Amino acid sequence: MAEPSELELSRRGVLTGGAATAALVATPLPALAQGQAPATPAPTMPVRLTVNGTARELTLDTRTTLLDALREHLHLTGTKKGCDHGQCGACTVMVEGKRINSCLTLAVMHDGDRVTTIEGLGTPDKLHPMQAAFVKHDGYQCGYCTPGQICSAVAVLDEIRRGIPSHVQADLTAKPLATNMEMRERMSGNICRCGAYSNIADAMAEVAGA
Amino acid sequence: MRAFTYERAKDPVEAARIVASRPGAKFIAGGTNLLDLMKIEVETPTHLVDVQDLKLDRIEKTRDGGLRIGALVTNTDLAADDRVRRDYGVLTRAIVAGASGQLRNKASTAGNLLQRTRCPYFYDTNMACNKRKPGSGCAAIGGYSRQLGVIGVSNDCIATFPGDMAVAMRVLDAVVETVDASGQRRSIAIADFHRLWGDRPDQDTVLRPGELITAVTLPRPIGGRHFYEKVRDRASYAYALVSVAAVIQRDGTGRVAFGGVAPRPWRVEAADALLPQGAAAVTARAFQGATPTKDNAFKLPLATRALASVLAQAADQNRA
Repeated sequence: MAEPSELELSRRGVLTGGAATAALVATPLPALAQGQAPATPAPTMPVRLTVNGTARELTLDTRTTLLDALREHLHLTGTKKGCDHGQCGACTVMVEGKRINSCLTLAVMHDGDRVTTIEGLGTPDKLHPMQAAFVKHDGYQCGYCTPGQICSAVAVLDEIRRGIPSHVQADLTAKPLATNMEMRERMSGNICRCGAYSNIADAMAEVAGA
Repeated sequence: MRAFTYERAKDPVEAARIVASRPGAKFIAGGTNLLDLMKIEVETPTHLVDVQDLKLDRIEKTRDGGLRIGALVTNTDLAADDRVRRDYGVLTRAIVAGASGQLRNKASTAGNLLQRTRCPYFYDTNMACNKRKPGSGCAAIGGYSRQLGVIGVSNDCIATFPGDMAVAMRVLDAVVETVDASGQRRSIAIADFHRLWGDRPDQDTVLRPGELITAVTLPRPIGGRHFYEKVRDRASYAYALVSVAAVIQRDGTGRVAFGGVAPRPWRVEAADALLPQGAAAVTARAFQGATPTKDNAFKLPLATRALASVLAQAADQNRA
């Protein structure tokens, strides 16, 4: 869709929003700039990461999340930004082999760490077994949450193998099993707006049984 | 997010000294709650002291037969520890009832205790909130209060402490160990660690500026059957409307604490003594003086029913 022209915005403002809206639109640019903070450079720091087996060195604003370091600086855009608050799981990656929300951690906190993203699990020519199982079981619709789902799913099976307990486990001292109930509970930090959950659990079950 | 400088401390006392001496400085461990709040500028530190290199990530036996949990032990590692699963099951149950697998892999033991309320008015910077901005008022009082506190709250704040882990620790009589900038160590009973809001809801805990949590200790195991019953709006990854942490002995005596209802894990020892008389007797005593709102009055009968469910499970296990 084309951008509305300033004239159209002004006219709509006068008609629906009243004079205040129109005045805002008409404010000249230099006046808007006065409200902005003075341009003191934000602190930066060097960060070394090993991403999917490759050593990378960056100099980053300390505020840069691991997610933004991956996407905006290393251009690994497989990892997705959903809510940016740890609620949706689209940004899930593995750091030192453990899944975390890359949006809720600073890149500078991971200096020296090993990071695995969806790009490091498989390639279009050589899919990771979990990627292949997602394709086979139709574990997605729009695909936006899928890289996070797959990273999380791979880590979940590893957590079950390592005996990490879960909320749905009846006997805490027993080893957990890769049941449907366990998959669903352990994947609760990954939201799928399309609702592919049951197919995701099927894909995980196939990989767990292999 | 506001700009900040960042450093990694090498030693607990050094970390405490930096945070105590530098206005606007804060510790960061897992960062899952702090960074979330920094993004919406509810938290605006100017300097972060990362404590991840302080080697506080071990779980060790204490001389009196208990466990000492390092401040940086992740929620996942604490829940998975064989000794915790066997002897302090209520703690594993509480931890795995909270957050998501990804968050538990990053969140620390100390950070879990220090997490801030999830009151929606605390998060919404357009709303009055005495916890976020002292003296600005409380939009939650008279607002949407379904999730908020029913007891121990004040005329200035009706938020709850949102965590699960600490509710189990309250039942286990855990002790929070700290160190300050002068190297002074302090042991704080978990019962005294979280403040009731009173007229200072901006202060969540009794920690002093720069005081750093180094560990949480658990006394020797007390046996019994361990339960963490959490009632929430969906089956997983949601905060408690009401939760019940309980250790019930074979003779029907025991301990119980409630989550999701107050500024701190809510335990009344005089109510524990009523456990053999059943759930209604316990909650009548534990919630004496409660001041629920119209929206959250349901939490009182819900607490009784959640405890009744726990006591029924305990009785079933005794029969088995």
